[in-house]
Order: sequence, then structure tokens, then C-alpha cells
Amino acid sequence: MGMNKITLAQMKDGQEGTVAEIMGGRWAYSRLTSMGLRPGSRIVKSSSMYWHGPVTFRINNTQMAVGRGLANRILVIPDENTSCR
Amino acid sequence: MKILLAGNPNAGKSALFSRLTGSRVISSNYPGTTIDYTSGFMKIGESNAELIDIPGIYSLDREEKDSDVALQMLKTGDVIINVINATNLERDLYLTLELLEGKTPVIVALNIWDDALHLGINIDIKKLEELLGVPVIPTVAITGEGIKNLVENIPAAAAPGLPALTREKRWAKIGEIVNQVQQVTHRHHTFGERLADATVKPVPGILISLLVAAIVFLIVRYAGDGLYQYIMEPIFQFAWRPVVTAISNHLGAGFLHDILIGQLIDGQIDFLQSWGLLTTALYVPFALVLPYIAAFYFALGMLEDIGYLPRLAVMLDTIMHRFGMHGYAIIPTILGFGCNVPAILSTRVLENRKQRFIAITLISLAIPCASLQALILGLVGQHGIQYVAIVYATLFIVWIATGLILNATIKGFTPELVIEIPPYRMVPWPIMMNKLLYRIRGFLIEAVPIMIIAIPVVNVLTMLGIFTAIASFSAPVISGLLGLPQDAIAAIFVALLRMDAAMAVLAPLSLTAKQLVISSVVVVMFFPCVATLTIMLRELGFTDLLKSLGIMILSAVIVGSLLNLLPI
Repeated sequence: MGMNKITLAQMKDGQEGTVAEIMGGRWAYSRLTSMGLRPGSRIVKSSSMYWHGPVTFRINNTQMAVGRGLANRILVIPDENTSCR
Repeated sequence: MKILLAGNPNAGKSALFSRLTGSRVISSNYPGTTIDYTSGFMKIGESNAELIDIPGIYSLDREEKDSDVALQMLKTGDVIINVINATNLERDLYLTLELLEGKTPVIVALNIWDDALHLGINIDIKKLEELLGVPVIPTVAITGEGIKNLVENIPAAAAPGLPALTREKRWAKIGEIVNQVQQVTHRHHTFGERLADATVKPVPGILISLLVAAIVFLIVRYAGDGLYQYIMEPIFQFAWRPVVTAISNHLGAGFLHDILIGQLIDGQIDFLQSWGLLTTALYVPFALVLPYIAAFYFALGMLEDIGYLPRLAVMLDTIMHRFGMHGYAIIPTILGFGCNVPAILSTRVLENRKQRFIAITLISLAIPCASLQALILGLVGQHGIQYVAIVYATLFIVWIATGLILNATIKGFTPELVIEIPPYRMVPWPIMMNKLLYRIRGFLIEAVPIMIIAIPVVNVLTMLGIFTAIASFSAPVISGLLGLPQDAIAAIFVALLRMDAAMAVLAPLSLTAKQLVISSVVVVMFFPCVATLTIMLRELGFTDLLKSLGIMILSAVIVGSLLNLLPI
């Protein structure tokens, strides 16, 4: 029932969701939370760059990007009905 | 009194600093413009106060390496102006709460207030003041709105001494505050946001970046050429020539004439070849180099203030990882096309030694600063644009090859990119033009005195036969490997002082197109100028500096020799 977690990297462009878990190291966790990405944050994925490049997304009014490796370690509970644009 | 400006990256601290002190600092629309603190003075009522612009930080957590400097500085202030980005209240309040747990009085500047209104974000300021226990003043630093009000309220700054909370409790508290003070009206995505998304999407993003690169190059080439041909050259030929000719006639032949005017070429002053203080020493920086500096910084300033550069970091992240850096390293690299010194300073945003060593070495090795680009476009360009293309292509290949090699040979990992992408903004013209003038002034203050010293020094060294001695000593390399005339050695040596001085030496030598291509590539790669060298020593330390210099000298000779073998 929509509680299946997927990674930020797996989200589709335009898909919305809620951040569930950050599985990065201490540095990444601290950096991401202080930039506003923390469990419970609403997140909208914008796009992924080619060649295994960074993933871009929005949290509140801020556009951010993280490397693909880190995007693979950010778990999101996607909303049900926004999977396609 | 000492007042500190503290806030998250890209909250507009530098723009606010310029407003409050009336002094010029470089502010741009991307996080991390301020790498070191900047201080200035401002008036509060009758008294003077020192104002310090602290590099942006997200929080006071010690895990954030970049917050060390900021933490130290925060202890020294009497009042903190906490700059908050009003479009991002929730996130920015984290640092605010941390600051309010301290003992220093705080006043909040709720900046970028205009954007918040446009975005449909309503913040109840009275309520926010009540909840935080400190004054909250809405401001728009780039237009100056609210600044007067902010200054008047500085004496009201307060230290409510909030109890220290854990990270989770702090976020929970912020959630409560935001719920009470902020209302967001529903709105459609703006054009700016759609553009912001498009420029980081793969296909439009890459096309847009190529377009931007082409526009910048065209601005530098044609605006630079135009300024030279239609403004600076006429000024020298029609306004300055009569003056120096009169001085020349008045002085007659002699020592003073040789120093001030230099040698007459066919009975005429030749601004390039005469080599006097009033002729060549002024003509090179003002007429030959300044136009390209102005054109480049005009283009760079626009890119900075629109907020395009972080998008480039996202797009090039994967490629930059192959060179042992993440995408953000592209920003220092682009700054390097203006001047290597600020470029190298800005590599501080890169997290570890490996990244910084590679970034600094590549900038110093293969990124021609604006003075060198004036040389390339001006001197090499006379023989045709294809030779300019050869120089840039060679440097690009060197940049890629050296990056690959350094990544493979230097131990250490490359951290992942974590970056905030600021919204696009219209270019704030007055601020941008101020920044341009500030940078041009900086160039003239550095370049003109050094040219004035370099020209007589080179003259004396030439007369004493020093260059001939070095030239015959290094002939196997210079003429043998690189195929350059011995006089060109002087160019490589004065380039140590300043890159534009090298241009003054090369210009009168009547080199062939191929020789000009080789000598400009070698001058770019061989050794940094003395200003860059000093910064490299400070940023890298002695051992790494030596390694970096070794790489440069070796690869300059190798690449110069290879070019000499090619049929150009």
C-alpha cells in the first residue's frame, strides 16, 4: 500500500514522496539533514543526469543535487498517484 | 563593536555586507562565494562598528569541516546578524536556533523577502519575533530594501539563551515554529522553476551548456576585440601618441628617453616594440589585456549572478569524477579563466586533499587566465582563428590527460557531490557592474606596477646578456625541442612575474604562427606567475607545491616538443 521504500535514484522524474531513511555515513547524514533533507521531508525528484550522474530534486523551495551513489542510499516512500507526469 | 554576518550558504550575506559597509565584495548567486572572512566598517548611529562576513554554514555541528573557521569567528563577535533566506525558512532556522542557544545577541535579517512574496510564502514576522525572542527584519539585500531598518534595530539584538537541544528536538521545534508563522498559498510552477529543471535535465541541459560556453567565448572574443579596436587602440593612437611624441621630442635622445619612451622604431614610437614606461608598459595592460579582462569578467559575472554555475557542476559531475574530483570543481576551474588566484582559493569548497591537489594543479597547468587569453586571442589570433583553436584544444587535452593520470596515481577517494542549486535570478545590473569594476580595478592595480617594473628589468637583463646566457644554456630545450628562437626564453621568464608581461616580450619577436602556438602553450603550462605561486604554496604546502610544479615543468616540455613535431 505505497509503503514500499525505493531509493531516490529509483524514483521517476516528477515523482513525489517522503524521505524515510538516509543510509549514508555520518558526514553525509549531517550534511544532508542540515541542508533540509531528513526523514519526513517531502521530496520531488526532478531528474537524473546521464552517465550515472547526480540526481536532482526539490525539497520545499530548494533545488538540490546529490551524486548517484548517495542517491542510492536515500530511501523514499513514494506517493501513490504521482508516479508519472 | 564587532558585528558578525552569519547564515546558510547563498542566503545573501555578501550582498548584505556590501550594502551595510558600502565596500565591494564579490557576491554571486551560488553557495560558497565567500571562502575566507571579509571585514569592513559600518556606521550605527554615531559610532563605527566592524562588520565581518563569515563563510556560509548550515549548522554549527562539528562534523561539518567547513564550519571550523566560522565556529572560531562566531566566538569573537559582540552581535550576530543572522541572515535567513526567507524562501527557505525551515532549513535556515536550524542555524538560527543554534545561534540563539549561545550567549551572543542575535538579530535576524529575513533576506530575499521579495522572492518569498512572489513564491506565495507569507511569514508572520511579529509571531516569528515572539517565538524566537529576537528582532526579525525583512530585507532585500540586492535592492537595499529594509537595510536602514536592520541597522536601526541592531542595538535591539537579544540573546534569549534558549536551552541546548538535540538535533531531532531542534528540528521538531522548527516544525512547530514554521507551522505557526508560515503560510504557503498554492501556486503554479514559475517559468524560472521550469527553466531551472530543464537546465539540469540531460538533453536540454547539455545543449544549454554548450550554448552558454559558445556565448561566453563569443563575448570574450568579439567584445574583447571590439573594445581593443574601437576604444583602446584609438585612445592610444589618437590621444596618447601626440602626448608621448611631444615628450619624446622634448627629451631628445638619452637615458631618460630610453626609460620613459624606449627605442624609436623607424623614427616613430611603436607601442609594442619601443619598450618604454610610457609606451609599452601602459599599452600592454590597458590596450591589449584590459579589453579581454573586461569582456571575460562581464560574461563570468552574468553566469555567477544568474546562478548557472552550479548546474554545470551537476552536469559535469560524472566526468569530473574521472579526474578524481566531483562536479563542484568546475566552478574554481571556470574562475581560473579570469585569474588563477581566486580560482585556487575557491578550491577550498572541495572536501579533501586529493581533490584539491588535482584541482589546483590542473588550474595552474592548463587554464589560461584572462591575461594569457589576451595573449592567445591577440597575438596568436592575428595568424588566424585555427591557431587559437589549436592552443585551446591542446590545453583541453592536457587538462583531460593530466586529470586522468593524477586520479589514477593519487591515493584517496572522491566524496560524492552534495550541492544546493540556487534559483535563477535576473542579473542585478548595478551589483554586477560594481563587481566588474572591482575586478578590473584589481587587475590594473596588480598589472600596471608589475609591467612598470618588468620592462626596465627585462631591458637591463637583456643588456647584461643574462637572457643570452640562459638561452644558450637552455638552447637544447628551447630551440632543439620547442623550436623557438632564443629570445623567446625571456617571455617564459617574465611570465613568472605576470602572464601579460610575457605577451609584451613575445609581441615584437615576429614569431611564426607555429612558434606562437608553442610559446603560448608553454607559457600557460610551464610555471605559475608569482601571485599564483604564493597562493599555491599557502593552499598546498611546500611538498605538494613542489610536486605540482614538477608536473607542470615536465608536461610543458613534453607537450611543447610534441607540438613542435606536428605539422602545424
